[in-house]
Amino acid sequence: MPTIQEFPFGAFVVQVAFLGETAVFALGDGTIRLVDGPAAVSVAAHGGAVLSADVVRDGRRLVTGGDDGVVAAVDAKGGIAKLAERPRKWIDHVAAGPNGAVAFSVGREAVVRAADGTERSFSHQRAVSGLAFAPKGFRLAVARLDGVTLWWAGTDAAPVTLEWKGAHLGVSYSPDGKFVVTTMQENALHGWRLEDGRDMRMSGYPAKPRSMSWSVKSRFLATSGANAAILWPFHFKDGPMGKSPLELGAREVLVTRVACHPREEVVAVGYQDGMVLAIRFQDGSESLLRRPGNGTDGPVTALGWADSGKHLAFGTEQGAGGVISL
Amino acid sequence: MAETQIPVTVLTGYLGAGKTTLLNRILSENHGKRYAVIVNEFGEIGIDNDLIVESDEEVFEMNNGCVCCTVRGDLIRVVEGLMKRPGGFDGILVETTGLADPVPVAQTFFMDEEVKARSKLDAVVTVADAKNLLARLADSHEAEEQIAFADVILLNKADLVSKDELAVVERRIRGINPHALIHRTERCAIPLDRVLDRGAFDLDRILSIEPDFLEGGHDHDHHHDHDHDHDGHDHHHHHHDIAGSGIASVSLRAGALDPKAFFPWIERITQEFGPQILRLKGILSFKDDGERYVVQGVHMIIEGNHQRPWKDSEKRESRLVFIGRKLDEAMLKAGFEACLA
Repeated sequence: MPTIQEFPFGAFVVQVAFLGETAVFALGDGTIRLVDGPAAVSVAAHGGAVLSADVVRDGRRLVTGGDDGVVAAVDAKGGIAKLAERPRKWIDHVAAGPNGAVAFSVGREAVVRAADGTERSFSHQRAVSGLAFAPKGFRLAVARLDGVTLWWAGTDAAPVTLEWKGAHLGVSYSPDGKFVVTTMQENALHGWRLEDGRDMRMSGYPAKPRSMSWSVKSRFLATSGANAAILWPFHFKDGPMGKSPLELGAREVLVTRVACHPREEVVAVGYQDGMVLAIRFQDGSESLLRRPGNGTDGPVTALGWADSGKHLAFGTEQGAGGVISL
Repeated sequence: MAETQIPVTVLTGYLGAGKTTLLNRILSENHGKRYAVIVNEFGEIGIDNDLIVESDEEVFEMNNGCVCCTVRGDLIRVVEGLMKRPGGFDGILVETTGLADPVPVAQTFFMDEEVKARSKLDAVVTVADAKNLLARLADSHEAEEQIAFADVILLNKADLVSKDELAVVERRIRGINPHALIHRTERCAIPLDRVLDRGAFDLDRILSIEPDFLEGGHDHDHHHDHDHDHDGHDHHHHHHDIAGSGIASVSLRAGALDPKAFFPWIERITQEFGPQILRLKGILSFKDDGERYVVQGVHMIIEGNHQRPWKDSEKRESRLVFIGRKLDEAMLKAGFEACLA
């Protein structure tokens, strides 16, 4: 039986992650809560809300961007470093890259900050709506209106653009580096196979599919935005084209967040009513990790596995959050 | 999901009309409320208690095959970000640039499901300069749209023109938009409850406050905190069109309608003529239906709801107003009347 350790954080949980065994929660009140043991420690990282957060690749720090214009990094002990600042602006997105590099965006500008503090800026015609680093190489994907721009983050080389009309929101690189997928304003995903730029359209969602998570070995891309977790198969030559997705954990309420297990073909699914399930791909068998909230929790807004796959952190819009141990 | 929708006030107005003066007034008055203000550029505003967000206007078309379904991507992003802050806000003010088209701003609050769930367009407030409005209307498409689209118009700098000139300007405004509430102001001095939290975009609510709203053929004097006469101006012709102006209104009136005829008709009209229709508002009486039905729309988007039971004292009739470009009044009238039960 899973055990659950829950805290009333009292503010929108924007992102959750693990730094080693320590669960970290980035909140809308600008604090980071650290849970390692029975109590949650609170660290003030931002003067406003955290808008976005990502774990640095060495797994030791969480990078956060806030509406106070600060890019900060927090370690498992609660130590804070300010990495960059853009006074009176919002840091809309952050993404962690190779060798301690961090990307963040401010309006139409994406900035890559190397570990030594040097910055390189990349300007766009329209606002940056999502950031993701390639799994290998120093390459940054920037989602924007009408497509994605792939920058070589360490050089001035001309970028590669992937065009598809419409407003692209989040962006994700498949861990095998073969695909780039965006979530879109109009309740769909759009993907590109990088080898030949082939377009892939994944639609049929009743709501915006805001959450994306790749399963082990990039075999499936799990997504939210429907009354079940929708998992598109990417292990075929042509990706998900012409294939039906897996639909797991169908309920009457909307799936708001998904997170694939780091080692097994299992997905954690968070719902509009605060419920969390873990579901096995193979047979769709479900195990209940958290019951629906009593109506005051709001939707699940964040889910994240520990690297071991033994713990899952979750958070909700109204500020419930905690750690589920399997 | 948040249970309450935060009211959003959109402030429009041509350059120099007095928008910033109004904004400063709103922010500096001791109203005890907390506003988030979305501006295009940090100007001379900023009060401790409020959050000012700078945002570039980012208009894009929705990929739904409808060219007039444009939204402001930056507003979607900012509203989403604001929702992460604890405590919430009493209201959101969106200041548009003088040259901005108010339509995408308004449509954002209808077209994006997440924004719609959390916030609600309260009113489009247009600040107009009494001295320069006529000139602006003559040379600026945007100035005209801002008047056409407004729920509330502040006819500012009213002290700089004569009473006669003011009457001419007001008549011109009425020609474009017969149903906006007009307030004459000097330096935007106005009780804030006339501007904020009006529910003016929401017919449902404005009708409960101002039951005569949409009364074609009446003047609107009784809403105003000033006196003005109509100088013999005739409100009884229902098609207001001004020479040289692309925007006009068509006011229609009929008895009880057959919903089976009306809904397909309005659907077809908004699909076909959506790009020409800036706003539509109506109060409808359906046959064998004891409740008033209110409709409102922007371009192709239309929303309707039962409002409340008809009162015994009220005449059960249907009124519908279109504000738009090149509207075919005869066609609209014939179509509307064909919906009679």
